[in-house]
Amino acid sequence: MIWTELDTWIVIAGALTAMSCALPGVFLQLNKQSMLGDAISHAVLPGIAIAFLLSGSKDTLPMLAGALAAGVLTAILSGTIQRIGQVEQGASLGVVFCVFFAVGILLVRVAADHVDLDPSCVLFGSLELAVIQSSGIPKVVWTSLITLAVNSVLVALFFKELRLSAFDNRYAASAGIPPESVRLGLTILTSITSVMAFESIGSILVIAMLIVPGATALLFCRSVGSVLFASLGFAALASAGGHLLAISTIPAMLSYLLDNPDIGSVSSAGMMATCAGLMFFSILLGKILSKPRGASVTQVDTQ
Amino acid sequence: MTTPPLQINSLNVSYHSKLVLWDVGVSIQPGRTTAIVGPNGAGKSTLLKAALGLIPASSGDISFYGGPLRKCRSRVAYVPQRESVDWDFPVNARDVVAMGLYRRIGWCLPVRSIHRRMADEALADVGMADFACRQISQLSGGQQQRVFLARALAQKADLYLMDEPFASVDAATEQAILAVLERIKNAGGTVVCVHHDLETVAQYFDDAVLLNMRIVAQGPVIDVMTPENLRKTYGARLALVDELETNLSSSIPARK
Repeated sequence: MIWTELDTWIVIAGALTAMSCALPGVFLQLNKQSMLGDAISHAVLPGIAIAFLLSGSKDTLPMLAGALAAGVLTAILSGTIQRIGQVEQGASLGVVFCVFFAVGILLVRVAADHVDLDPSCVLFGSLELAVIQSSGIPKVVWTSLITLAVNSVLVALFFKELRLSAFDNRYAASAGIPPESVRLGLTILTSITSVMAFESIGSILVIAMLIVPGATALLFCRSVGSVLFASLGFAALASAGGHLLAISTIPAMLSYLLDNPDIGSVSSAGMMATCAGLMFFSILLGKILSKPRGASVTQVDTQ
Repeated sequence: MTTPPLQINSLNVSYHSKLVLWDVGVSIQPGRTTAIVGPNGAGKSTLLKAALGLIPASSGDISFYGGPLRKCRSRVAYVPQRESVDWDFPVNARDVVAMGLYRRIGWCLPVRSIHRRMADEALADVGMADFACRQISQLSGGQQQRVFLARALAQKADLYLMDEPFASVDAATEQAILAVLERIKNAGGTVVCVHHDLETVAQYFDDAVLLNMRIVAQGPVIDVMTPENLRKTYGARLALVDELETNLSSSIPARK
Protein backbone atom coordinates (compact mmCIF):
# COMPACT_ATOMS: atom_id res chain seq x y z
CA MET A 1 0.00 0.00 0.00
CA ILE A 2 1.30 3.44 -0.93
CA TRP A 3 -0.10 6.47 0.90
CA THR A 4 0.17 9.73 -1.04
CA GLU A 5 -1.04 13.27 -0.53
CA LEU A 6 -4.05 12.36 -2.65
CA ASP A 7 -5.05 9.66 -0.16
CA THR A 8 -4.99 12.24 2.62
CA TRP A 9 -7.24 14.56 0.61
CA ILE A 10 -9.61 11.68 -0.22
CA VAL A 11 -9.99 10.87 3.47
CA ILE A 12 -10.47 14.54 4.42
CA ALA A 13 -13.00 15.22 1.67
CA GLY A 14 -14.83 11.98 2.46
CA ALA A 15 -14.88 12.73 6.18
CA LEU A 16 -16.14 16.30 5.73
CA THR A 17 -18.87 15.19 3.33
CA ALA A 18 -19.96 12.30 5.53
CA MET A 19 -20.03 14.56 8.59
CA SER A 20 -22.12 17.18 6.82
CA CYS A 21 -24.63 14.45 5.88
CA ALA A 22 -24.68 12.98 9.40
CA LEU A 23 -26.02 16.17 11.03
CA PRO A 24 -29.35 16.52 9.17
CA GLY A 25 -29.49 12.70 9.08
CA VAL A 26 -29.71 12.47 12.87
CA PHE A 27 -32.79 14.72 12.92
CA LEU A 28 -34.40 12.88 10.00
CA GLN A 29 -34.18 9.73 12.10
CA LEU A 30 -35.41 11.40 15.27
CA ASN A 31 -38.37 12.66 13.20
CA LYS A 32 -38.94 9.07 12.03
CA GLN A 33 -38.36 10.34 8.51
CA SER A 34 -35.29 8.31 7.53
CA MET A 35 -37.02 7.52 4.29
CA LEU A 36 -37.11 11.24 3.45
CA GLY A 37 -33.31 11.32 3.21
CA ASP A 38 -33.43 8.37 0.86
CA ALA A 39 -36.16 10.02 -1.20
CA ILE A 40 -34.52 13.44 -1.37
CA SER A 41 -31.12 12.15 -2.40
CA HIS A 42 -32.80 10.35 -5.32
CA ALA A 43 -35.36 12.98 -6.14
CA VAL A 44 -32.88 15.85 -6.52
CA LEU A 45 -31.50 14.16 -9.65
CA PRO A 46 -34.06 15.58 -12.11
CA GLY A 47 -33.60 18.98 -10.46
CA ILE A 48 -29.87 18.80 -11.08
CA ALA A 49 -30.39 17.58 -14.65
CA ILE A 50 -32.92 20.29 -15.50
CA ALA A 51 -30.71 22.96 -13.94
CA PHE A 52 -27.83 21.62 -16.01
CA LEU A 53 -29.87 21.66 -19.22
CA LEU A 54 -31.11 25.19 -18.61
CA SER A 55 -27.83 26.72 -17.51
CA GLY A 56 -25.57 24.54 -19.65
CA SER A 57 -22.92 24.46 -16.98
CA LYS A 58 -21.96 22.42 -13.95
CA ASP A 59 -21.81 25.50 -11.73
CA THR A 60 -22.85 24.91 -8.15
CA LEU A 61 -25.54 27.58 -7.86
CA PRO A 62 -27.96 26.49 -10.62
CA MET A 63 -27.50 22.87 -9.53
CA LEU A 64 -28.32 23.83 -5.95
CA ALA A 65 -31.41 25.74 -7.03
CA GLY A 66 -32.60 22.81 -9.15
CA ALA A 67 -31.96 20.28 -6.42
CA LEU A 68 -33.62 22.46 -3.81
CA ALA A 69 -36.74 22.82 -5.93
CA ALA A 70 -36.87 19.06 -6.52
CA GLY A 71 -36.27 18.26 -2.84
CA VAL A 72 -38.96 20.60 -1.55
CA LEU A 73 -41.35 19.44 -4.29
CA THR A 74 -40.79 15.84 -3.15
CA ALA A 75 -41.67 16.71 0.43
CA ILE A 76 -44.75 18.71 -0.61
CA LEU A 77 -46.00 16.19 -3.20
CA SER A 78 -45.59 13.19 -0.90
CA GLY A 79 -47.27 15.11 1.90
CA THR A 80 -50.23 15.85 -0.39
CA ILE A 81 -50.48 12.23 -1.58
CA GLN A 82 -50.30 11.09 2.04
CA ARG A 83 -53.13 13.41 3.04
CA ILE A 84 -55.44 12.90 0.08
CA GLY A 85 -54.78 9.21 -0.48
CA GLN A 86 -54.52 8.40 3.24
CA VAL A 87 -51.47 6.23 2.68
CA GLU A 88 -48.53 6.02 5.06
CA GLN A 89 -45.62 8.41 4.66
CA GLY A 90 -43.11 5.81 3.47
CA ALA A 91 -45.42 4.67 0.68
CA SER A 92 -46.20 8.16 -0.59
CA LEU A 93 -42.49 9.08 -0.52
CA GLY A 94 -41.67 5.88 -2.39
CA VAL A 95 -44.10 6.71 -5.15
CA VAL A 96 -42.81 10.26 -5.55
CA PHE A 97 -39.09 9.64 -5.43
CA CYS A 98 -39.17 6.64 -7.79
CA VAL A 99 -40.89 8.79 -10.41
CA PHE A 100 -38.49 11.68 -9.84
CA PHE A 101 -35.47 9.42 -9.97
CA ALA A 102 -36.65 7.75 -13.17
CA VAL A 103 -37.22 11.14 -14.79
CA GLY A 104 -33.81 12.23 -13.58
CA ILE A 105 -32.03 9.18 -15.05
CA LEU A 106 -33.91 9.70 -18.35
CA LEU A 107 -32.90 13.36 -18.48
CA VAL A 108 -29.29 12.62 -17.66
CA ARG A 109 -29.10 9.77 -20.20
CA VAL A 110 -31.04 11.26 -23.10
CA ALA A 111 -30.52 14.98 -22.95
CA ALA A 112 -27.23 15.37 -21.21
CA ASP A 113 -25.50 12.29 -22.53
CA HIS A 114 -23.11 14.14 -24.79
CA VAL A 115 -21.66 16.07 -21.90
CA ASP A 116 -19.88 15.39 -18.68
CA LEU A 117 -22.73 14.26 -16.41
CA ASP A 118 -22.99 10.50 -16.46
CA PRO A 119 -25.32 8.35 -14.39
CA SER A 120 -22.65 6.22 -12.77
CA CYS A 121 -20.88 9.35 -11.53
CA VAL A 122 -24.15 10.62 -10.06
CA LEU A 123 -24.81 7.29 -8.36
CA PHE A 124 -21.39 6.42 -7.05
CA GLY A 125 -19.56 9.75 -7.11
CA SER A 126 -15.90 10.04 -7.92
CA LEU A 127 -14.10 10.84 -4.72
CA GLU A 128 -10.77 9.73 -6.18
CA LEU A 129 -11.13 11.99 -9.24
CA ALA A 130 -12.56 14.96 -7.34
CA VAL A 131 -9.44 15.52 -5.26
CA ILE A 132 -7.06 15.49 -8.24
CA GLN A 133 -5.85 19.04 -8.65
CA SER A 134 -2.51 20.47 -9.69
CA SER A 135 -1.78 22.25 -6.42
CA GLY A 136 -3.27 23.52 -3.19
CA ILE A 137 -6.38 22.36 -1.38
CA PRO A 138 -8.82 20.54 -3.73
CA LYS A 139 -12.11 22.34 -4.46
CA VAL A 140 -14.17 19.43 -3.13
CA VAL A 141 -12.56 19.87 0.30
CA TRP A 142 -13.63 23.52 0.34
CA THR A 143 -17.22 22.80 -0.72
CA SER A 144 -17.62 19.99 1.81
CA LEU A 145 -16.05 22.13 4.53
CA ILE A 146 -18.47 24.96 3.81
CA THR A 147 -21.43 22.55 3.80
CA LEU A 148 -20.34 21.11 7.13
CA ALA A 149 -19.87 24.58 8.60
CA VAL A 150 -23.31 25.75 7.43
CA ASN A 151 -24.98 22.59 8.72
CA SER A 152 -23.21 22.82 12.08
CA VAL A 153 -24.19 26.45 12.58
CA LEU A 154 -27.83 25.82 11.61
CA VAL A 155 -28.12 22.71 13.80
CA ALA A 156 -26.55 24.59 16.73
CA LEU A 157 -28.87 27.58 16.25
CA PHE A 158 -32.06 25.56 15.87
CA PHE A 159 -31.07 22.67 18.13
CA LYS A 160 -33.87 23.38 20.61
CA GLU A 161 -36.56 23.69 17.94
CA LEU A 162 -35.36 20.64 15.98
CA ARG A 163 -35.33 18.52 19.11
CA LEU A 164 -38.75 19.66 20.31
CA SER A 165 -40.53 19.15 17.00
CA ALA A 166 -38.91 15.73 16.62
CA PHE A 167 -39.92 14.65 20.13
CA ASP A 168 -43.42 16.10 20.44
CA ASN A 169 -44.76 17.93 17.40
CA ARG A 170 -48.20 18.53 18.96
CA TYR A 171 -46.74 20.26 21.98
CA ALA A 172 -44.40 22.24 19.72
CA ALA A 173 -47.37 23.47 17.70
CA SER A 174 -49.31 24.39 20.85
CA ALA A 175 -46.29 26.36 22.10
CA GLY A 176 -46.09 28.34 18.86
CA ILE A 177 -43.06 26.57 17.38
CA PRO A 178 -44.59 25.26 14.12
CA PRO A 179 -43.19 21.76 13.52
CA GLU A 180 -44.08 21.91 9.80
CA SER A 181 -41.76 24.87 9.32
CA VAL A 182 -38.96 23.20 11.26
CA ARG A 183 -39.38 20.06 9.15
CA LEU A 184 -39.46 22.04 5.92
CA GLY A 185 -36.20 23.68 7.00
CA LEU A 186 -34.73 20.25 7.63
CA THR A 187 -35.90 19.08 4.20
CA ILE A 188 -34.24 22.07 2.55
CA LEU A 189 -31.03 21.47 4.49
CA THR A 190 -31.05 17.80 3.48
CA SER A 191 -31.56 18.72 -0.18
CA ILE A 192 -28.67 21.19 -0.13
CA THR A 193 -26.45 18.71 1.66
CA SER A 194 -27.20 15.90 -0.79
CA VAL A 195 -26.32 18.10 -3.76
CA MET A 196 -23.10 19.30 -2.20
CA ALA A 197 -22.19 15.70 -1.42
CA PHE A 198 -23.12 14.36 -4.86
CA GLU A 199 -19.92 15.31 -6.60
CA SER A 200 -17.65 13.60 -4.16
CA ILE A 201 -19.57 10.62 -2.90
CA GLY A 202 -22.62 10.15 -5.15
CA SER A 203 -26.25 9.58 -4.22
CA ILE A 204 -25.89 6.04 -2.86
CA LEU A 205 -23.36 7.07 -0.26
CA VAL A 206 -25.36 10.17 0.60
CA ILE A 207 -28.15 7.86 1.74
CA ALA A 208 -25.71 5.76 3.74
CA MET A 209 -24.10 8.76 5.40
CA LEU A 210 -27.43 10.45 6.18
CA ILE A 211 -28.58 7.39 8.09
CA VAL A 212 -25.81 5.07 9.25
CA PRO A 213 -23.67 7.34 11.49
CA GLY A 214 -26.78 8.62 13.30
CA ALA A 215 -28.28 5.14 13.56
CA THR A 216 -25.03 3.86 15.07
CA ALA A 217 -24.92 6.72 17.58
CA LEU A 218 -28.59 6.23 18.49
CA LEU A 219 -27.79 2.68 19.57
CA PHE A 220 -26.03 3.87 22.68
CA CYS A 221 -26.25 7.67 23.14
CA ARG A 222 -28.60 9.13 25.72
CA SER A 223 -28.96 12.70 24.56
CA VAL A 224 -29.49 14.36 21.21
CA GLY A 225 -26.27 16.34 21.67
CA SER A 226 -24.17 13.24 22.20
CA VAL A 227 -25.90 11.54 19.26
CA LEU A 228 -24.80 14.46 17.05
CA PHE A 229 -21.17 14.37 18.22
CA ALA A 230 -20.92 10.58 18.06
CA SER A 231 -22.40 10.53 14.56
CA LEU A 232 -19.79 13.08 13.45
CA GLY A 233 -17.10 10.78 14.87
CA PHE A 234 -18.51 7.71 13.14
CA ALA A 235 -18.74 9.61 9.84
CA ALA A 236 -15.07 10.66 10.02
CA LEU A 237 -14.04 7.17 11.08
CA ALA A 238 -15.98 5.63 8.22
CA SER A 239 -14.09 7.82 5.78
CA ALA A 240 -10.64 6.92 7.09
CA GLY A 241 -11.45 3.25 7.58
CA GLY A 242 -13.26 3.03 4.27
CA HIS A 243 -10.38 4.44 2.30
CA LEU A 244 -7.91 2.13 4.03
CA LEU A 245 -10.14 -0.83 3.15
CA ALA A 246 -10.39 0.42 -0.43
CA ILE A 247 -6.67 0.76 -1.08
CA SER A 248 -5.25 -2.08 1.01
CA THR A 249 -7.34 -4.81 2.58
CA ILE A 250 -10.04 -5.36 0.00
CA PRO A 251 -7.77 -5.29 -3.09
CA ALA A 252 -5.40 -7.71 -1.37
CA MET A 253 -8.28 -10.02 -0.51
CA LEU A 254 -9.73 -9.80 -4.00
CA SER A 255 -6.34 -10.44 -5.63
CA TYR A 256 -5.97 -13.52 -3.50
CA LEU A 257 -9.52 -14.80 -4.02
CA LEU A 258 -9.63 -14.09 -7.76
CA ASP A 259 -6.00 -15.03 -8.29
CA ASN A 260 -5.47 -11.75 -10.10
CA PRO A 261 -2.61 -9.54 -8.87
CA ASP A 262 -3.77 -6.50 -10.91
CA ILE A 263 -6.55 -5.29 -8.62
CA GLY A 264 -5.14 -1.94 -7.43
CA SER A 265 -8.01 -0.44 -5.46
CA VAL A 266 -11.79 -0.38 -5.19
CA SER A 267 -14.18 2.58 -4.79
CA SER A 268 -13.37 4.50 -1.63
CA ALA A 269 -16.92 5.81 -1.39
CA GLY A 270 -18.29 2.29 -1.53
CA MET A 271 -15.91 1.15 1.16
CA MET A 272 -16.89 4.12 3.34
CA ALA A 273 -20.45 2.85 3.28
CA THR A 274 -19.22 -0.66 4.04
CA CYS A 275 -17.12 0.61 6.91
CA ALA A 276 -20.05 2.60 8.35
CA GLY A 277 -22.20 -0.53 8.12
CA LEU A 278 -19.55 -2.59 9.88
CA MET A 279 -19.43 -0.07 12.74
CA PHE A 280 -23.21 -0.16 13.06
CA PHE A 281 -23.32 -3.94 13.25
CA SER A 282 -20.40 -4.23 15.65
CA ILE A 283 -22.07 -1.81 18.06
CA LEU A 284 -25.40 -3.56 17.62
CA LEU A 285 -23.67 -6.87 18.35
CA GLY A 286 -21.98 -5.37 21.40
CA LYS A 287 -25.35 -4.13 22.62
CA ILE A 288 -26.96 -7.54 22.14
CA LEU A 289 -24.08 -9.35 23.85
CA SER A 290 -24.04 -6.98 26.83
CA LYS A 291 -27.80 -7.36 27.47
CA PRO A 292 -27.83 -10.65 29.42
CA ARG A 293 -25.05 -9.42 31.69
CA GLY A 294 -27.01 -6.24 32.42
CA ALA A 295 -30.05 -8.32 33.31
CA SER A 296 -28.13 -10.49 35.77
CA VAL A 297 -26.74 -7.39 37.51
CA THR A 298 -30.27 -6.08 38.07
CA GLN A 299 -31.24 -9.42 39.51
CA VAL A 300 -28.41 -9.22 42.02
CA ASP A 301 -29.52 -5.69 42.91
CA THR A 302 -33.03 -6.72 43.78
CA GLN A 303 -32.00 -9.59 45.99
CA MET B 1 -68.50 38.84 34.35
CA THR B 2 -64.90 37.91 33.58
CA THR B 3 -63.96 36.58 30.15
CA PRO B 4 -63.86 32.79 30.12
CA PRO B 5 -60.37 31.28 29.65
CA LEU B 6 -61.75 29.20 26.81
CA GLN B 7 -64.92 29.87 24.86
CA ILE B 8 -65.93 27.64 21.95
CA ASN B 9 -68.96 28.44 19.80
CA SER B 10 -70.61 26.16 17.20
CA LEU B 11 -67.46 24.19 16.46
CA ASN B 12 -67.65 21.59 13.70
CA VAL B 13 -64.75 19.24 13.09
CA SER B 14 -64.64 16.46 10.54
CA TYR B 15 -62.00 13.83 10.07
CA HIS B 16 -61.71 12.16 6.67
CA SER B 17 -65.04 13.79 5.72
CA LYS B 18 -66.76 12.19 8.71
CA LEU B 19 -68.19 14.58 11.28
CA VAL B 20 -66.50 14.14 14.65
CA LEU B 21 -67.65 17.22 16.51
CA TRP B 22 -71.01 18.70 15.71
CA ASP B 23 -72.02 22.22 16.70
CA VAL B 24 -70.06 22.15 19.93
CA GLY B 25 -70.30 25.12 22.27
CA VAL B 26 -68.29 25.12 25.49
CA SER B 27 -67.60 27.82 28.03
CA ILE B 28 -64.86 27.06 30.54
CA GLN B 29 -65.16 28.90 33.86
CA PRO B 30 -62.02 30.55 35.30
CA GLY B 31 -60.48 29.25 38.51
CA ARG B 32 -62.20 25.87 38.22
CA THR B 33 -61.35 22.37 37.09
CA THR B 34 -63.44 20.93 34.29
CA ALA B 35 -63.63 17.33 33.08
CA ILE B 36 -64.56 16.52 29.50
CA VAL B 37 -66.36 13.20 29.71
CA GLY B 38 -67.80 10.89 27.08
CA PRO B 39 -67.52 7.44 25.52
CA ASN B 40 -64.65 6.35 23.27
CA GLY B 41 -64.77 8.13 19.94
CA ALA B 42 -66.89 10.94 21.34
CA GLY B 43 -64.32 13.50 20.20
CA LYS B 44 -62.92 14.49 23.62
CA SER B 45 -59.27 14.70 22.55
CA THR B 46 -60.35 16.14 19.22
CA LEU B 47 -62.06 18.97 21.07
CA LEU B 48 -58.81 19.94 22.82
CA LYS B 49 -56.74 19.60 19.66
CA ALA B 50 -59.20 21.62 17.59
CA ALA B 51 -59.29 24.32 20.28
CA LEU B 52 -55.49 24.54 20.12
CA GLY B 53 -55.55 24.61 16.32
CA LEU B 54 -53.65 21.31 16.08
CA ILE B 55 -56.31 19.93 13.75
CA PRO B 56 -58.36 22.11 11.42
CA ALA B 57 -61.96 22.92 12.27
CA SER B 58 -64.57 23.08 9.50
CA SER B 59 -66.23 26.02 11.21
CA GLY B 60 -66.68 27.64 14.59
CA ASP B 61 -65.26 30.28 16.90
CA ILE B 62 -62.57 29.59 19.48
CA SER B 63 -61.34 32.26 21.84
CA PHE B 64 -58.84 32.12 24.68
CA TYR B 65 -59.29 34.92 27.22
CA GLY B 66 -61.43 36.77 24.71
CA GLY B 67 -58.94 36.61 21.83
CA PRO B 68 -57.26 34.24 19.42
CA LEU B 69 -54.77 31.69 20.76
CA ARG B 70 -51.77 33.34 19.10
CA LYS B 71 -52.33 36.43 21.29
CA CYS B 72 -51.97 34.46 24.51
CA ARG B 73 -50.03 31.27 23.77
CA SER B 74 -47.88 31.59 26.86
CA ARG B 75 -51.02 31.62 29.06
CA VAL B 76 -52.17 28.26 27.68
CA ALA B 77 -50.34 25.00 28.44
CA TYR B 78 -51.12 21.72 26.72
CA VAL B 79 -50.46 18.26 28.16
CA PRO B 80 -50.78 15.78 25.27
CA GLN B 81 -51.63 12.12 25.73
CA ARG B 82 -48.63 10.20 26.97
CA GLU B 83 -48.89 7.72 24.09
CA SER B 84 -48.51 10.50 21.52
CA VAL B 85 -44.70 10.55 21.74
CA ASP B 86 -41.85 8.07 21.48
CA TRP B 87 -40.43 7.58 24.97
CA ASP B 88 -37.25 6.01 23.58
CA PHE B 89 -36.23 9.49 22.39
CA PRO B 90 -32.70 10.33 23.64
CA VAL B 91 -33.52 12.99 26.25
CA ASN B 92 -33.74 13.02 30.03
CA ALA B 93 -36.62 14.22 32.20
CA ARG B 94 -35.13 17.68 32.74
CA ASP B 95 -34.71 18.18 28.96
CA VAL B 96 -38.38 17.40 28.41
CA VAL B 97 -39.56 19.72 31.19
CA ALA B 98 -37.32 22.50 29.87
CA MET B 99 -39.24 22.26 26.58
CA GLY B 100 -42.03 24.08 28.43
CA LEU B 101 -39.71 27.10 28.55
CA TYR B 102 -38.72 27.16 24.87
CA ARG B 103 -41.25 29.81 24.01
CA ARG B 104 -40.00 32.04 26.79
CA ILE B 105 -36.35 31.40 25.85
CA GLY B 106 -37.07 32.34 22.23
CA TRP B 107 -35.92 31.00 18.86
CA CYS B 108 -32.27 30.07 18.40
CA LEU B 109 -31.28 30.85 21.99
CA PRO B 110 -29.87 28.06 24.17
CA VAL B 111 -31.34 26.58 27.35
CA ARG B 112 -29.30 28.15 30.16
CA SER B 113 -28.71 27.08 33.75
CA ILE B 114 -31.51 29.33 35.03
CA HIS B 115 -33.95 27.46 32.77
CA ARG B 116 -32.64 24.11 33.96
CA ARG B 117 -33.26 25.27 37.52
CA MET B 118 -36.82 26.25 36.63
CA ALA B 119 -37.28 22.80 35.07
CA ASP B 120 -36.02 21.17 38.26
CA GLU B 121 -38.49 23.20 40.33
CA ALA B 122 -41.35 22.04 38.10
CA LEU B 123 -40.15 18.44 38.48
CA ALA B 124 -40.12 18.88 42.26
CA ASP B 125 -43.73 20.14 42.07
CA VAL B 126 -44.82 16.76 40.74
CA GLY B 127 -42.62 14.79 43.15
CA MET B 128 -40.01 13.89 40.54
CA ALA B 129 -37.03 15.92 41.82
CA ASP B 130 -34.82 12.83 41.98
CA PHE B 131 -35.45 11.86 38.38
CA ALA B 132 -34.17 14.98 36.58
CA CYS B 133 -31.24 13.21 34.91
CA ARG B 134 -33.13 9.98 34.27
CA GLN B 135 -33.48 8.90 30.66
CA ILE B 136 -37.20 9.15 29.83
CA SER B 137 -37.34 5.54 28.59
CA GLN B 138 -36.33 4.43 32.11
CA LEU B 139 -39.38 6.07 33.72
CA SER B 140 -42.60 4.27 34.54
CA GLY B 141 -45.79 5.27 32.77
CA GLY B 142 -46.95 7.33 35.72
CA GLN B 143 -43.59 9.08 36.00
CA GLN B 144 -43.68 9.89 32.29
CA GLN B 145 -47.12 11.42 32.80
CA ARG B 146 -45.74 13.53 35.64
CA VAL B 147 -42.87 14.71 33.42
CA PHE B 148 -45.45 15.91 30.89
CA LEU B 149 -47.33 17.65 33.67
CA ALA B 150 -44.12 19.28 34.91
CA ARG B 151 -43.41 20.56 31.40
CA ALA B 152 -46.78 22.32 31.38
CA LEU B 153 -46.20 23.66 34.92
CA ALA B 154 -42.81 25.07 33.90
CA GLN B 155 -44.69 27.18 31.39
CA LYS B 156 -46.46 28.92 34.33
CA ALA B 157 -49.67 29.20 32.34
CA ASP B 158 -53.14 30.28 33.44
CA LEU B 159 -55.08 27.64 31.53
CA TYR B 160 -54.04 24.00 31.38
CA LEU B 161 -55.52 21.66 28.78
CA MET B 162 -54.75 18.05 29.67
CA ASP B 163 -55.51 15.02 27.53
CA GLU B 164 -56.25 12.00 29.73
CA PRO B 165 -53.69 12.74 32.47
CA PHE B 166 -55.20 10.05 34.71
CA ALA B 167 -55.16 7.30 32.08
CA SER B 168 -53.43 4.15 33.41
CA VAL B 169 -51.26 5.81 36.06
CA ASP B 170 -50.23 4.48 39.48
CA ALA B 171 -51.74 5.72 42.74
CA ALA B 172 -48.75 7.96 43.56
CA THR B 173 -49.06 9.73 40.21
CA GLU B 174 -52.79 10.11 40.66
CA GLN B 175 -52.23 11.83 44.01
CA ALA B 176 -49.47 14.01 42.51
CA ILE B 177 -51.73 15.12 39.66
CA LEU B 178 -54.58 15.87 42.05
CA ALA B 179 -52.25 17.96 44.22
CA VAL B 180 -51.13 19.87 41.14
CA LEU B 181 -54.73 20.51 40.06
CA GLU B 182 -55.46 21.84 43.53
CA ARG B 183 -52.40 24.08 43.48
CA ILE B 184 -53.24 25.49 40.04
CA LYS B 185 -56.76 26.26 41.23
CA ASN B 186 -55.54 27.95 44.40
CA ALA B 187 -53.29 30.16 42.30
CA GLY B 188 -56.33 31.21 40.27
CA GLY B 189 -55.58 28.98 37.30
CA THR B 190 -57.99 26.94 35.23
CA VAL B 191 -57.76 23.26 34.27
CA VAL B 192 -59.57 21.31 31.57
CA CYS B 193 -59.00 17.54 31.54
CA VAL B 194 -60.19 14.90 29.14
CA HIS B 195 -61.25 12.24 31.60
CA HIS B 196 -62.39 8.67 31.03
CA ASP B 197 -63.24 7.43 34.50
CA LEU B 198 -66.85 8.31 35.29
CA GLU B 199 -66.59 7.26 38.91
CA THR B 200 -63.95 9.84 39.82
CA VAL B 201 -65.36 12.81 37.90
CA ALA B 202 -67.35 14.06 40.87
CA GLN B 203 -64.43 13.69 43.29
CA TYR B 204 -61.75 15.26 41.13
CA PHE B 205 -63.48 18.07 39.25
CA ASP B 206 -65.72 21.08 39.83
CA ASP B 207 -67.39 21.16 36.43
CA ALA B 208 -68.10 18.58 33.76
CA VAL B 209 -68.80 18.68 30.03
CA LEU B 210 -70.61 15.61 28.74
CA LEU B 211 -69.69 15.07 25.12
CA ASN B 212 -70.71 12.59 22.50
CA MET B 213 -70.01 14.34 19.20
CA ARG B 214 -72.31 17.08 20.45
CA ILE B 215 -72.59 18.58 23.88
CA VAL B 216 -75.06 16.70 26.07
CA ALA B 217 -74.69 18.83 29.19
CA GLN B 218 -72.24 21.15 30.91
CA GLY B 219 -72.00 22.85 34.28
CA PRO B 220 -71.16 21.94 37.88
CA VAL B 221 -70.72 18.17 38.31
CA ILE B 222 -73.66 17.88 40.68
CA ASP B 223 -76.04 19.26 38.05
CA VAL B 224 -74.45 17.53 35.07
CA MET B 225 -73.63 14.02 36.24
CA THR B 226 -77.21 12.81 36.39
CA PRO B 227 -78.23 9.32 35.31
CA GLU B 228 -80.38 10.82 32.59
CA ASN B 229 -77.55 12.89 31.11
CA LEU B 230 -75.17 9.95 31.31
CA ARG B 231 -77.67 7.76 29.52
CA LYS B 232 -77.93 10.36 26.79
CA THR B 233 -74.14 10.54 26.51
CA TYR B 234 -73.35 6.87 26.59
CA GLY B 235 -76.40 5.82 24.61
CA ALA B 236 -76.80 2.10 24.34
CA ARG B 237 -74.37 1.23 27.11
CA LEU B 238 -77.16 1.24 29.66
CA ALA B 239 -75.82 -1.50 31.85
CA LEU B 240 -72.71 0.55 32.57
CA VAL B 241 -74.78 3.62 33.39
CA ASP B 242 -77.09 1.71 35.69
CA GLU B 243 -74.14 0.35 37.55
CA LEU B 244 -72.69 3.83 37.92
CA GLU B 245 -75.95 5.32 39.01
CA THR B 246 -75.68 3.74 42.43
CA ASN B 247 -72.03 4.73 42.76
CA LEU B 248 -72.70 8.31 41.75
CA SER B 249 -75.62 8.83 44.06
CA SER B 250 -73.38 7.86 46.93
CA SER B 251 -70.29 9.80 45.82
CA ILE B 252 -71.82 13.18 45.02
CA PRO B 253 -73.37 14.03 48.39
CA ALA B 254 -70.30 12.68 50.10
CA ARG B 255 -68.19 15.28 48.36
CA LYS B 256 -69.50 18.46 49.92
